[in-house]
Amino acid sequence: MTPPIEYYLWFAAVLFAIGVAGVLLRRNVIIVFMSIELMLNAVNVTFLAFSRQMNNVDGQIFVFFVMTLAAAEVAVGLAIIVAVFRNKESINVEDMNLLKW
Amino acid sequence: MVNSTLNMVWLIPLFPLIGFLLNGLLGKRLGDKTVGIIGSGVMLLSFIVSVYLLLNYLGLHQIGAEFHSTLFNWISVADLQLSVSFQIDSLSLLMVVMITGVAFLIHVYSIGYMHGDEGFARFFAYMNLFSFMMLVLVLADNYILMFLGWEGVGLCSYLLIGFWYEDEENASAGKKAFIVNRIGDFGFLLGALLLFITFGSFQYSEIFSQLEGYSVGDGTITAITLLLFVGAIGKSAQLPLYVWLPDAMAGPTPVSALIHAATMVTAGVYMVARSSFLYVLAPTSMTVIAIVGVATALFAASIALTQNDIKKVLAYSTISQLGYMFLALGVGAFSAGMFHLLTHAFFKGLMFLAAGSVMHALANEQDLRFMGGLRKKIPKTFITFLIGALAISGIPGFSGFFSKDEILWQAYSSPAGGFWFWLVGAFAAGLTAFYMFRLIFLTFYGEARWKPETHAHESPGKMTIPLIILALLSVVGGYVGVPALLGGDNRIHHYLESNLAKLPVDVTIHQSNSLEFTLMGISVFIAIAAIYVAYLFYIKRKELPDLTTAKIRRAYNLSFNKFYVDELYDYLFVQRLITVSKWLWNKFDVRVIDGLVNGAGELLIVSGRHLKKVQSGLVSGYALSLFIGSLMMIGYYFFR
Repeated sequence: MTPPIEYYLWFAAVLFAIGVAGVLLRRNVIIVFMSIELMLNAVNVTFLAFSRQMNNVDGQIFVFFVMTLAAAEVAVGLAIIVAVFRNKESINVEDMNLLKW
Repeated sequence: MVNSTLNMVWLIPLFPLIGFLLNGLLGKRLGDKTVGIIGSGVMLLSFIVSVYLLLNYLGLHQIGAEFHSTLFNWISVADLQLSVSFQIDSLSLLMVVMITGVAFLIHVYSIGYMHGDEGFARFFAYMNLFSFMMLVLVLADNYILMFLGWEGVGLCSYLLIGFWYEDEENASAGKKAFIVNRIGDFGFLLGALLLFITFGSFQYSEIFSQLEGYSVGDGTITAITLLLFVGAIGKSAQLPLYVWLPDAMAGPTPVSALIHAATMVTAGVYMVARSSFLYVLAPTSMTVIAIVGVATALFAASIALTQNDIKKVLAYSTISQLGYMFLALGVGAFSAGMFHLLTHAFFKGLMFLAAGSVMHALANEQDLRFMGGLRKKIPKTFITFLIGALAISGIPGFSGFFSKDEILWQAYSSPAGGFWFWLVGAFAAGLTAFYMFRLIFLTFYGEARWKPETHAHESPGKMTIPLIILALLSVVGGYVGVPALLGGDNRIHHYLESNLAKLPVDVTIHQSNSLEFTLMGISVFIAIAAIYVAYLFYIKRKELPDLTTAKIRRAYNLSFNKFYVDELYDYLFVQRLITVSKWLWNKFDVRVIDGLVNGAGELLIVSGRHLKKVQSGLVSGYALSLFIGSLMMIGYYFFR
């Protein structure tokens, strides 16, 4: 007896919404970063749920791609954060405002 | 057989074109000597071909034969079929022989005259180009090809008037000539287009063959002929568009001789004669031409009386003589007009070259007041100049006598003429004789008024030999048209008559030998009397000019200041144009044009100033707009 797909989708939607809220509301860059990961994972959950539902492995393969991409992104992102921190002594996103008019 | 000979006609304009290309492209490298040889050599070749063709044509014994030689298709659009093709008949052959002959002599003269000038090669290139264009003009067998030559000679005239363009006055004289000519050219073009609308062709023979359906006085024909005549007014410097010609004397003297005396300015006369079949159907236009011609003849002659610049006197004289030619055309004596064109080319070309020789002797002095006593110093120039002056004054035996008298007689006797035309023409002829001998006496007689350190010397042979040849032509040139009255058979008239139209009324009814003889006697008497008056004024009793001037101070001032026509035009047209242009500049250009351009920039700046606020630098702000954007896109797919 497996739970119906709606459960997974609702779960993913909530997870995604939390991620969005985190990106929009938090000021700490690392938290923002984690929120992005949260959104990515919400998408992963959706992929898996549909993969199972449709009896098709394509979704699972996609999840691997997403995870690889997330890992790469984190590597680059953290490097940028370290570089910014060295310059500004801060990881507050509001301090990263050089590219404005 | 004959046709194949006459098909050589394309060689005639080809030679000057080659000369233009060689001198124009390689001139600097060839060296002055080669340039001079090429420049005049090509004209000699053209002349030889022209004479050869003329002899062949005369050998045809086929009066009024007309040949067409098509080179290639030029324009072919819908109904319009234009080809570059030449028409060979008595009229074009006469012009071609005259042009190439006189041009050759003037080119040779120029080798001496332009010697040492920096633009030597440029000069010969322009002169060759001019000759090419002029030959195209007279050889064309349709109005558009003629217009090509017409504009081409105008261009060369502009280039050569402003030849010494470092001097701003010369450059603006060139511009004046070009702009004034534009007015006339506009009329010519309108006339040619109206011809096409009416007859569906630009070709002379095709147009003339359709004329039978038109009656005398037809409105369209009158409009066409008047428009074409506007073109002639501009090119041939008639009232009221003559103002450019005196200023055109800013160019080198050979240019004045070739372009502004012998050939280009007669293009208008040629064009009207070429269109004579149209003109005889438009008596109104004929009257207009006759009146403009005789008025110009008198007007220009009265200005020439008081000018002190030797070239200006000759320029006004040219305008006046062109007026005679138009008078002849206007009274229907087309062959007399062409005859005068021919003799005028000889004696006026001669006098310009001789004037150039005088200037050469006096280190480019042009002012008659600083000449005098040159008779012994430059005898060849003096004799040839004197022959030219005798010819233009209409002294019996010289060419001008025959042609001018023919015109005056026709002006009197033709049904389109009348007593007044004759009277004004004869009076202007008297003025002509007077100012010409004023010129002679002031230049060659009396005491030397030039600076003593000037070394007055005769010109080299390159310059005097063309003078002598032209002087010979000025004498014998008239014998092709000795009137029947004097035992001649007026050969040029019979040669030309079948290619020119006749007035519908027979001219001969009005003729009477004794009357013609009397009129001839009167005009000879007027000329001799005028020369005698000039002798009295400028040799015998030198106080007379000043006394007379004092008596008629106002008339003298009018003539001396050229009737203030330049000032009038300046006030009426130039200043108005400047006012309008300034208004357009200050109001339209600055406000509207600049306003549009600057406004576009301003708009972008202002909108940028407001839009830049979007770029706040807040990462979460960007993320929010990204989020909202995605929501909107998803929403669009969801709810559409």
